[in-house]
Amino acid sequence: MTLLLAIVIGALYAGGVYMMLRKTVVKLLIGLAMIGNAANLLIFVSSSVVRSHPPIVPKGSSAVPAPYADPLTQALILTAIVIGFAVLAFALALVKRVYGEVGSLALEEMTVSDE
Amino acid sequence: MSVLLALPVLLPLVCAATAMLFWRRLRVQRTIAVLTALGHLASTLALFVEVRRFGILVARFGDWPAPYGIVFVADTFSGLMLVTTSIVTLAVTVYSLSSIDADRESFGFFPLVCALLMGVSGAFLTGDIFNLYVWFEVLLIASFVLMALGGERKQLEGALKYVTLNLVSSSIFLAGLGLLYGSMGTLNLAQLSVRVAEATDPGFVTMLAMFFLLAFGIKAALFPLYGWLPSSYHTPPTAVSALFAGLLTKVGVYALIRTFTLVFTNDPTFTHRAVLLGMATVTILAGSLGAIVQRDLRRALSFTIVASVGFAVLGLAVSGGASQELATLALAGTIAYVIQAMVVKTQVFLLSGIVRRLSGSFDVARIGGLYASAPGVAILFLLGALALAGVPPLPSFIPKVAVLRAAFGEGLGVYAGVALLGSLLMLGAVARLWSHAFWRAPMERPHESDDDAPVNLVFRFIPVTGLTVVLVLLGVGAGPVFQVATEAARQLLDTDGYVRAVLGGAR
Repeated sequence: MTLLLAIVIGALYAGGVYMMLRKTVVKLLIGLAMIGNAANLLIFVSSSVVRSHPPIVPKGSSAVPAPYADPLTQALILTAIVIGFAVLAFALALVKRVYGEVGSLALEEMTVSDE
Repeated sequence: MSVLLALPVLLPLVCAATAMLFWRRLRVQRTIAVLTALGHLASTLALFVEVRRFGILVARFGDWPAPYGIVFVADTFSGLMLVTTSIVTLAVTVYSLSSIDADRESFGFFPLVCALLMGVSGAFLTGDIFNLYVWFEVLLIASFVLMALGGERKQLEGALKYVTLNLVSSSIFLAGLGLLYGSMGTLNLAQLSVRVAEATDPGFVTMLAMFFLLAFGIKAALFPLYGWLPSSYHTPPTAVSALFAGLLTKVGVYALIRTFTLVFTNDPTFTHRAVLLGMATVTILAGSLGAIVQRDLRRALSFTIVASVGFAVLGLAVSGGASQELATLALAGTIAYVIQAMVVKTQVFLLSGIVRRLSGSFDVARIGGLYASAPGVAILFLLGALALAGVPPLPSFIPKVAVLRAAFGEGLGVYAGVALLGSLLMLGAVARLWSHAFWRAPMERPHESDDDAPVNLVFRFIPVTGLTVVLVLLGVGAGPVFQVATEAARQLLDTDGYVRAVLGGAR
């Protein structure tokens, strides 16, 4: 499972970087979204994927039974997903405005702020 | 005491929320924003006094014991950064009262400034690295909107570049966080400090350190990651670029200093002495050279930000040596330097807005001759420009000397020499800006100004003069300021003290 996820993460990073190197803004955003998701999966894998009990203390016991999944990782990923979603939504709106002003989605046209 | 630690975050949050409630009543929003900036200054000053009296203060949220819950930690360094942040924000808020147009105001300018202030304060206070990520995102989202607010073409393009690079930085930060948590099993900075020191695989830790260096390096605008800064900082209204110039890159520098003094200290010969030192030195050169060739006043000033970030990080890099004494000297220099840089950058950016107002242009070839028509502005700008270059009576001189002395003491003469060369170039750059904009007659006819309605400039001169007074006080009181900075540096280097304050017995 870990190996499979590692390959998926690698593919997402590679695809994300490739998309960011293309010449239009929309592909740039797709690339950013892919890299964000790759980072989320990386958090998931790095605290080891185990097939085990949920981290809940059973009735009548005082401790969680031995192999249990780390709940904090999922809290981290959830936070990161929410933030990533909000930022991506903003970026999409920004791209729409840029398209309205520039009349093009080509990154080569966007040199006004560098003159 | 916990309330005092939470106030710098709570006040701006309340401000943002209440200002949103009065969406259509701009006068109420303005009042709320100014009151919040004043209250923030009062709360950070009180916090600073408490920290000086009692040492490191810790607030545990929900009363969860340290490594499990999120903690806020205030030491002298964060106290200094917070007080300076308040001063900068207060100045910018007052300045924006008369300079931000009604369109931008009615789309939530003041709530956004409050949200930005909240993110910056949270980043300076938090003792948990994932929480630091969250505060970074809070301040970034606020800054994204502020950057694009108004929707001019130049602004939107600048915002696109700014947003893209900051998103890349955030995802590198996030990936580093995941790997750090996976290998160390904690996110609390104090516990990380302990665990990283005990780590069995130092090579892996160094790789993690590089993730954070990249992420914070983009935010702090270190060479070669600073490209977004000069292509975006000159695009929004002056008040916004002044706020960004004063606060944003400094949060990146703060995060670098915090993590590379507390957590990633296992292999300083590589992380500090090779990577940080190299990046800092080239950053100084790149920033100074960039500032020399720019025609646009605000773009030239943007490059001076890059150079000053280089100086700040140079001190951090030098502090990675074996000698405790020289490390303290270098870090104290860095801290004193960052504090004054925040004030200077805001002052010169705000002044550039007044210059634009008086001459109708940001282009130094078109400004010209302002010394004759506005000698007051010329003298204020001269003070700011000399502070940028680090000329003696002004506050950046002593910190630079401290960092350079530490560098020579550590046998890093070549790097110190390059930094000196950078300072010299910077002096040339600001001398050129001043003589072009203020001394000689304009080279080309200025454009017609697009905002030619007569406005009362008092609200713009009050904050600029205030910041200049702070600047002069920092210069006159260089001794006491450096004393405080030295104590802050000692606290930073005494990681055991930080760990004890946060974790108590539970290591």
